[in-house]
Amino acid sequence: MVSLDKFYNGNVRALSQLISAIEYQQNGVHKTLGEIFPKAAGSLKIGITGPPGAGKSTLVNSLAHQFIDSGNKVGILAVDPTSPFTGGALLGDRVRMNEFPIDGRVYFRSMATRGSSGGLSAATDNATLALGAFGYDIILIETVGVGQVELDIIDSCDAVIVVLVPESGDSVQTMKAGLMEIGDVFVVNKCDRPGSDRMAADLRYAIDSWKRFDEGWIAPVVCTEAINGKNLDELFEKVQTFVKYSKDSGRFVSQRRQQISKKIMSLLQNRFRQEFLDQIDTGGKIESYIDEIVGGKSNPFDVGEKLYQQFRP
Amino acid sequence: MEKKVRVLLAKPGLDGHDRGVKVIAAALRDAGMEVIYTGLRQTPQMIVDAAIQEDVDAIGVSILSGAHMTLFPAILEELKAKDATDIILFGGGIIPDDDKTELEKMGVAKIFTPGAPTEEAIKFLREAAGSRSPKE
Amino acid sequence: MFAGKFLEKIKEKFSSWDKNAEKYRSKKSLPRFFTISGEDINELYTPLDIKGSSADDYFEKQINFPGEYPYTRGIHPTMYRTKMWTFRQFAGMASPEETNERFKYILAQGGTGLSTAFDLPTLMGYDSDQPQSLGEVGKCGVAVDTLADMEIIFEGIDLGKVSVSMTINSPASIILAMYLAVAEKKGVPLDKLRGTLQNDILKEYIAQKEFIYPPKPSIKLITDMMAYCLKNVPQWNTISISGYHIREAGSTAAQELAFTLADGFCYIEAAIEAGLDVDEFAPRLSFFFNAHSDFFEEIAKYRAARRIYARHMKERYKAKNQRSWLLRFHTQTAGCSLTAQQPENNIVRTAIQALSAVMGGTQSLHTNAMDETLALPSERAALIALRTQQVIAHETGVANTVDPLGGSYFVEALTDKMEKEAEEYFAEIEKRGGVLTCIEEGFFQTEIARAAYQFQKEIESKERVIVGVNDYTLENEKIDIPVLKIDKECERKQIAALQKIKAERNNGQVQVLLDKLKQVATDGGNTFEAILECSREYATLGEMCDVLRSVWGEHVENPAAMQVS
Repeated sequence: MVSLDKFYNGNVRALSQLISAIEYQQNGVHKTLGEIFPKAAGSLKIGITGPPGAGKSTLVNSLAHQFIDSGNKVGILAVDPTSPFTGGALLGDRVRMNEFPIDGRVYFRSMATRGSSGGLSAATDNATLALGAFGYDIILIETVGVGQVELDIIDSCDAVIVVLVPESGDSVQTMKAGLMEIGDVFVVNKCDRPGSDRMAADLRYAIDSWKRFDEGWIAPVVCTEAINGKNLDELFEKVQTFVKYSKDSGRFVSQRRQQISKKIMSLLQNRFRQEFLDQIDTGGKIESYIDEIVGGKSNPFDVGEKLYQQFRP
Repeated sequence: MEKKVRVLLAKPGLDGHDRGVKVIAAALRDAGMEVIYTGLRQTPQMIVDAAIQEDVDAIGVSILSGAHMTLFPAILEELKAKDATDIILFGGGIIPDDDKTELEKMGVAKIFTPGAPTEEAIKFLREAAGSRSPKE
Repeated sequence: MFAGKFLEKIKEKFSSWDKNAEKYRSKKSLPRFFTISGEDINELYTPLDIKGSSADDYFEKQINFPGEYPYTRGIHPTMYRTKMWTFRQFAGMASPEETNERFKYILAQGGTGLSTAFDLPTLMGYDSDQPQSLGEVGKCGVAVDTLADMEIIFEGIDLGKVSVSMTINSPASIILAMYLAVAEKKGVPLDKLRGTLQNDILKEYIAQKEFIYPPKPSIKLITDMMAYCLKNVPQWNTISISGYHIREAGSTAAQELAFTLADGFCYIEAAIEAGLDVDEFAPRLSFFFNAHSDFFEEIAKYRAARRIYARHMKERYKAKNQRSWLLRFHTQTAGCSLTAQQPENNIVRTAIQALSAVMGGTQSLHTNAMDETLALPSERAALIALRTQQVIAHETGVANTVDPLGGSYFVEALTDKMEKEAEEYFAEIEKRGGVLTCIEEGFFQTEIARAAYQFQKEIESKERVIVGVNDYTLENEKIDIPVLKIDKECERKQIAALQKIKAERNNGQVQVLLDKLKQVATDGGNTFEAILECSREYATLGEMCDVLRSVWGEHVENPAAMQVS
């Protein structure tokens, strides 16, 4: 297991190895996570999501700069897809890291989804704990961005920025409900392109009519041109305004409570699932049931019921 | 969970010819590895820093500018300074045989010369990463 | 061109031939018949493969005579019988002194044009004494820090008589400004100067990646220079729109053609938008293509390039001057085709590639030296490379007649196909929001990377044979050919010379002029004149680039460009 002494002494390799251990769900890693959990509570977690090519990584980059310039330490988790066919992944988001000082104020970790489908990898949430406990007070999470609403992000973040471009009009129509649900701040990036005004207006209209559960906050829409540095200050300010609102209104705490509740449930689910599967899937039992079904002697419903009864008679 | 080979690919120095590094990146990805590409113009310090943050098994660098005798030793130095010599360093590019021998003597695990099939790199990495001492 | 009846007859004849040929088809000498770009090729081409050839105006519209629109057969009525192509060998040695020596040697050997390669720090806008330059000074080309270096490079050479090509992009304005300052000092009138600046920043984002600033200000630097040269250096080719590097990065022939022409049109649109008259600047544009090993595909590419360009210039950009319609181009044989194994084979590759460039009607040509995969060419290898061109020009007879392959069913069909594929790419680029957007999104980059990966896979599966690499190899071959090494002394000397200049120049005046450049760049004024003023006073290339970096920032490639599917 990763040495927590080194971790607490600020050894970056220990942090990186802990994140790997989280990814591999190494034995004992939950115990370690339990131990560091209280130390991670103080960090602020911000998610950045949006369709491919929206400029997420440029915005993550600029937010990271703004946060370090205002005295924070920033940890970045960038998630990219694992190929379902080969299990490999090409993680390219690091190319934007070139401009950062190499002095430990910024930590960047590329994560492959390794089979998860909600926009983050299964390890991302736990990795935020490692970063937080290590002393990164701002954690930026960039989702995969495959053009669908990536809901995982709300279970791991205190604030979510949804990045769109003028061309995402069509996808916004289809994803509207989901997007409205997750976005605290919206960005129309590449606003030098035709259609950006309309996109922003449509978004504002949708936000207005959505009336999300929290009526005290009307998500702002910021038009940026990230590649040329335009309006990034406004975005930074809106994010901070949201965080302040969230903390003042009590939403921050209630959201964290919800996340903790979900986390407990998911830990339990995983545990039960694993235990159940371990018990039933020994000695190729499942395969023989499948033989029966294919042979017309049984059906999936009866088999399911039978297995459940065996596990919990 | 099955062990994934994680590789950092970087282009140090000023040269921007990234055809080779992109081909190798795609080939390693298709061989089931996780490939982190750092992009162009990386200093040795940036490369080693990235390798540590990404907790990779190996660092691969591509150099076509002729600056290999300056850059490889600098990366090795940096790995030593960061107590990370267990990370495998390999490379490719326009590197004459004599320099290749010298670099491998210095501690570069493997140099691939022009025309080497990607299969060689895949095989090398699977073996080298597999024999790395398991993590604490 | 072909009457309907004539085609009918061929159709009949074709089916009987086809039946007969069927007997032989079960046996194949190669697993697949395809070009180096992966295009499948028919067994036989006949007039039936030439679309629209029965139309009355087919010949006039598609082929016509050389020197006549759409210039498929060449830009000049008599081509090489009147003017042989320029043998333009690229030469950049470590130090300004050695480069000067090499230039004089080339001129004495009968070379007719000079070509300058710069070292990476210069290409990336750094001085020899900046930390980024460590270990790279004088490698891959000459180091230029200040006007003083350019004075040495061109010492004893009559700038009014030679044509000089300079391969540099991001800092191209600065290098040209220094060259103009040398000419001023020598008393050569600027309107006598002839030469070409590569100055093609778009292909840097797409392929070669030697970019500094973001795309928009980079385009501004170019249009500023074009405006200055139109007025003051009228014979200078301000930009050489380059497909060479796109191909080297792994593109197919059709991608090279399409992306290069798309870049060209992007510059033309920018210049028109900047208020320049298309008929004034277009005659000063030239192109630079690769000559790869697939002989006929390459010839078709050059022929298609001329035709597409002429059509777009005339019809889309409404150029009236016929000279605006001409696509003039330089060619270099494919460095990426050379192998480190059995390097002598590279002489053969280069000769065949050069032949395709000549058959395709190039205006000038660089032939690679056999040892270029490993380092800068040795003197002997460089000489063989030049001799290759001389053999083609004087011994083979291919220069005797214009467009010797025009009318070949195969070459005409392939030329049409190239044009069609290029037009499809233009439509796709347009749909995606234009060249700059495609660069920002990594479209070109991923297309090229995909082609490069595909090519590599074909080699590894041995579907494609590379002689000496995956077949016909020599056992235990040691890769050991004379490699020109640059000694570290060069870096030390260059830095010492730079520091001397910095100590001796009028530093107060340099600062004033650098501040002025910053102001001009910030206000959106013409940067070229400000750069020229700085250059005359021995401001360094790095100082000027740093000023522009501080105003415009630096470009970072989109991570999307890394994904190869």
